[in-house]
Amino acid sequence: MSDVAERVKKIVIEHLGVDADKVIDSANFIDDLGADSLDTVELVMAFEEEFGVEIPDESAEGIVTVGDAVKFLEKATAKA
Amino acid sequence: MRRVVVTGLGMVSPLACGVEQSWKRLLAGESGAARIEGFEASDLACQVAMQVPRPGRAKANSDAFNADEWMEPKEQRKVDDFIIFGVAAARQALKDADWAPKTYQDQIETGVLIGSGIGGLGGINETSLLLQEKGPRRVSPFFVPGRLINLIGGHVSIEHQLKGPNHAVVTACSTGTHAIGDAARLIMLGDAEVMVAGGAESALNRIGIAGFCACKALATAFNDNPTAASRPYDRDRDGFVMGEGAGCVVLEEMEHAQRRGARIYAEVIGYGMSGDAYHITAPAEDGDGAYRCMRAALKRAGLTPADIDYVNAHGTSTMADGIELRAVERVVGEAAATISMSSTKSSVGHLLGAAGAVEAIFSVLAIRDQIAPATLNLDNPAFETAIDLVPHTPRKRKIDVALSNSFGFGGTNASLVLRRFEG
Repeated sequence: MSDVAERVKKIVIEHLGVDADKVIDSANFIDDLGADSLDTVELVMAFEEEFGVEIPDESAEGIVTVGDAVKFLEKATAKA
Repeated sequence: MRRVVVTGLGMVSPLACGVEQSWKRLLAGESGAARIEGFEASDLACQVAMQVPRPGRAKANSDAFNADEWMEPKEQRKVDDFIIFGVAAARQALKDADWAPKTYQDQIETGVLIGSGIGGLGGINETSLLLQEKGPRRVSPFFVPGRLINLIGGHVSIEHQLKGPNHAVVTACSTGTHAIGDAARLIMLGDAEVMVAGGAESALNRIGIAGFCACKALATAFNDNPTAASRPYDRDRDGFVMGEGAGCVVLEEMEHAQRRGARIYAEVIGYGMSGDAYHITAPAEDGDGAYRCMRAALKRAGLTPADIDYVNAHGTSTMADGIELRAVERVVGEAAATISMSSTKSSVGHLLGAAGAVEAIFSVLAIRDQIAPATLNLDNPAFETAIDLVPHTPRKRKIDVALSNSFGFGGTNASLVLRRFEG
């Protein structure tokens, strides 16, 4: 697992209070991990904080699974 | 008007988590006061508070409050402590009342009216600092819903599926009394059959203490002797000691309670309100506001002053103690000699928006157990009075009727009259 994926999963586990084995790439924050719309906003903020990047609202809307977040952040941090 | 009875009690206090646990410690003469723990207080004029005992803290006891038992850690992160306390007290009260509405009809007939004096002061403070340091994009989506006072009621209604009136009171230190009085009225008028009512508060943080210090409201002469700091009616009192916690009662229309065989603790028979129209923090010196609100509560109850057995005083351990005492004397006249009046703030401190709810519960238990809790630290009474101020130790006595007073910043006054239940 990439370093980015590790850090993303740690944040998801912490913020949503879910078991680590549920936090797989295909897991949807709302449907699979019990998040509500406010939780997802906070998750995106936590990703921004952890990775020192800004995630514009248009991009944030596309981040609905753990894998989406990992992919976005791998790309964003590679650029930086 | 329909009759309203108390069928459930819940409490988180500086003495313990739980009603019976707090009551037992109150009657044993315990004080919830200690030096402030958990935040920097060395530069504050007042370094004493009545914090809720928690596991791991120096003040922990066998009845300590473990937040994890009441809310998941990930949810705790999103709200200020006053909401957690309120959720805990409400859950206790509903369990105590054995009321868990399952049908749609029962759910829409059950409401919530829980207030707070200040709300999420700690979270507002922390988020302001974060905003300053890191900018607006770091402000959490839970910032607003985690601080709002009516979100106690929001959480309680969601947890227990209470779909009746959902209301909240914000009247500073009168909040808890107003909440119970207003909720009782909603039942009397037929807006609900059952109400969960009370108050919750946790303003015990640096900015809360600093703010009340600036108002010269807190005790500052007892930093090295915390349990002596809250001393209502005593010559050496120099301010209140801030407490935190929550109190909730389940109020119920009498016949509704009787039909389901609920245990009835007491009846809410009187409620009075008034405004001082005098000063933003100081009570009117002639005590007229306090007098009028007690009179209004007695009138509503249809009682005469001689019917009062016990008064749970607002008695904050400030200059205002004398104003309330004289107002009570004026209300009761010659009956003064037969009345016991104590301030349980000497044990639990001043819970601000939760004070009236916690004190109404103590008044209910005083009726149940026929005992007036004590006023601790009343070593040298500052006032001459015919009223028994119950110094040092509780007094066993007949208590059929109890009056509970609350007076708040802004000159807002409320009194409740509770009576031993007779069907």
